[in-house]
Amino acid sequence: MKKDLTRQQHLDLYYYMRLNRAVEDTMVKLFRQNKIVGGLYSSLGQEAISVGTSYALQKKDWLAPMIRNIGALLVKGVKPRDIFMQHMAKYDSPTKGKDGTSHFGDLDDLHIVSPISMLGDLIPVMAGVAIAGRYLGQKIVAMTWIGDGGSSTGVFHEGLNFAAVQKAPFVLILENNLWAYSTPVRKQVPLENLADRAKAYGIDSYIVDGNDVAAVYSTTKEAVERARAGEGPILIEAKTFRRLGHAQHDPAEYVPKEMRAYWEARDPIALHEKFLLSEKLLDAKSKKDIEDKINTLLATERDFAENSPMPPAELAETGVYCTGEECHKIRAKWERPISEVTPPKSSVQAVWTVPGFGSGKSSGGVNAPIHFGDTQPSTGISASEAKSSNGGKPAAKVAAKTAAKKTVKTAASASRKARR
Amino acid sequence: MADGKTNGTNGAKTSEAATAEAQVTFLEAIKQAMFEEMERDPSVVLLGEDVGVYGGAFKTSEGLLERFGWERVIDTPISESAIIGAACGMSYLGLRPICEMQFIDFIVCAFNQITNFVAKGHYLWNAPAPMVIRGPSGGGVHGGPFHSANPEMYFVHTPGLKVIYPSTPYDAKGLLKAAVRDNNPVLFFEHKFLYRRIKGEIPAGDYTVPIGKAVVRREGKHLTILSYAAMMHTSLEAAEALAKEGIEAEVIDLRTLLPLDEETILNSVRKTNKCLVVHEDTKTGGIAGEIAALLCEKAFSDLDGPLLRVTSLDTPVPYAPTLEEYFLPNAKKVFAAAKELARY
Ligand SMILES: Cc1ncc(C[n+]2csc(CCOP(=O)(O)OP(=O)(O)O)c2C)c(N)n1
Ligand SMILES: [Mg+2]
Repeated sequence: MKKDLTRQQHLDLYYYMRLNRAVEDTMVKLFRQNKIVGGLYSSLGQEAISVGTSYALQKKDWLAPMIRNIGALLVKGVKPRDIFMQHMAKYDSPTKGKDGTSHFGDLDDLHIVSPISMLGDLIPVMAGVAIAGRYLGQKIVAMTWIGDGGSSTGVFHEGLNFAAVQKAPFVLILENNLWAYSTPVRKQVPLENLADRAKAYGIDSYIVDGNDVAAVYSTTKEAVERARAGEGPILIEAKTFRRLGHAQHDPAEYVPKEMRAYWEARDPIALHEKFLLSEKLLDAKSKKDIEDKINTLLATERDFAENSPMPPAELAETGVYCTGEECHKIRAKWERPISEVTPPKSSVQAVWTVPGFGSGKSSGGVNAPIHFGDTQPSTGISASEAKSSNGGKPAAKVAAKTAAKKTVKTAASASRKARR
Repeated sequence: MADGKTNGTNGAKTSEAATAEAQVTFLEAIKQAMFEEMERDPSVVLLGEDVGVYGGAFKTSEGLLERFGWERVIDTPISESAIIGAACGMSYLGLRPICEMQFIDFIVCAFNQITNFVAKGHYLWNAPAPMVIRGPSGGGVHGGPFHSANPEMYFVHTPGLKVIYPSTPYDAKGLLKAAVRDNNPVLFFEHKFLYRRIKGEIPAGDYTVPIGKAVVRREGKHLTILSYAAMMHTSLEAAEALAKEGIEAEVIDLRTLLPLDEETILNSVRKTNKCLVVHEDTKTGGIAGEIAALLCEKAFSDLDGPLLRVTSLDTPVPYAPTLEEYFLPNAKKVFAAAKELARY
């Protein structure tokens, strides 16, 4: 697997993991200087997941980070200064100080959806992004992450199930770091592999070593391209460990020492570096160059962030509503002919079959084998019925409707037979 | 309660003048609005439970699937959070989804998704969510405690949302179209008692009704009655009876609850000096309380009497017809309250 990657790809993965860690190290310093307004979370030891997964996306693809996915933001093109300023609630931050942490996005350029704190809520939202992208013909993939703990929410189920029935081009990374705050994974889910949940949604899944960045990347790349090709959503469970407490305030004394020691010996950056050195993809000099590059960059970025002012108080009153065109021009980017969608030539195959009972029907047709109780059989639709069911619009679609009815009719009578 | 007749002033001069008017039901008006908006703009999509093949539990989306296809009329699993969340994601790519809640009672299953995700995006990270959440609401049809809700005030308390609750077919169509075209998330409540009972005239062409504007349904000088949705008709009925006793009530249809049309309310109360609020929502935390506060702040010296309210009881909506009738406001209760207020 590792051999499939080019040297540049290996080095990119290394660079972004180092950058990810350096950005977070800088923030720990800022935190200790009381320059960070709220809490500070860490992805120490999980960088391979954020970096390896997001590196498999194209520029046009969409992602929505969770709290421990700063690496993914960096890979997608977010500047470190924006991450610093968000945490410091500065006026020049992407949300101008209205929200903190990774709670920001970019609809127009980077295609990032902002998370909210409520765990799991991004899953249906990103399913919607994926469905909309398909509808517009954009051939995009939507990706988000969820923790082992967050996978217990109801909305995880609703979102993944909806994505699955829609066969949405959606990739969900389940970061199993064994802990949800103080709760061990076994108290969240009575499963050895959380990826097994995919079976219940009728979708494919992968399990990957979350501390092996090349493996994370290759696996995700395969999943992303399968999703893009129309195979439906894919769940990837990345196994890893949360090395620090839930956030800065939490010493995580509930974590067994041996467990911590085991994972500290498997640091994803150290592992990848070892591989790069042994394969001669990296040497002492190029390693030093990378470190220098990161240090210089972060010094500038941190300076910028620290010099940004706090937002003026009155800003609090602004921006609750979009005031119209001058505020936002909302335009869908069509990458398929609009003429395809009205009248519809769907790019998705709508399967409306109940095994053993044939196809269902539309509401204006004759029999509805999938609605046993409430539909009276009728011989057909009158013109007036057809008219009113089209919202009072006569003309072209009546023909389309009758055509649709015909194709269903045989299946419907067949199914009546099947029922007897 | 409402007798099926709508008052002539439906908020549009054009409707009286236009020739090609049609008498349509409240439900048909909603269906037309969705059909025409989808026809006009391919970025409008509909998603909800049973909206496609079946045409919606109340048949409000009948015929849309045949016309617009599987990608635009999406039958979803029974997952309100997923419907709202997915619609929000779609809106980020420039689509304008309409979400149907099969009964509006189920909207609270997606409460978090609406109040935390959808409503806050523009304020926090400059991400507008142009989407409509609509569904059948309200009581009087013996739907019981889980199919009769008026949950509007949960959302009126949420900055970032707009909340509409129309009373006539004309407004239902015009406001739903305006909601689809609005760049903000709009909640659109459809009182199911009105669906097939109320008919009204609708002009032939495209029109919208502005969000955030109340309308005077009946002019009067002795007191102001503020109401909306089904209670609008109840209030008009009471106003007729009051007129026979020499009390001329000015009846205002709020139509939009968020943002509230303060100007129309204040203008009327400054004229009549008395205000009665009638709503089918329960009393505590209903819009009447908000209006009372508004009048205290901005029209205190104009008031000649207390603000009175006629509302449902502070209980869940009971099932038995005898109980529900007792629970709901009616024209008699409005009449009695108005007479009491007129004495000041
Ligand atoms: C719906 C919801 N409930 C509770 C919380 C509070 N909370 C924040 S993070 C967290 C633990 C999350 O654990 P996990 O999903 O495994 O992610 P990890 O922190 O391990 O990355 C909890 C309980 C929340 N954010 N959202
Ligand atoms: Mg966890």
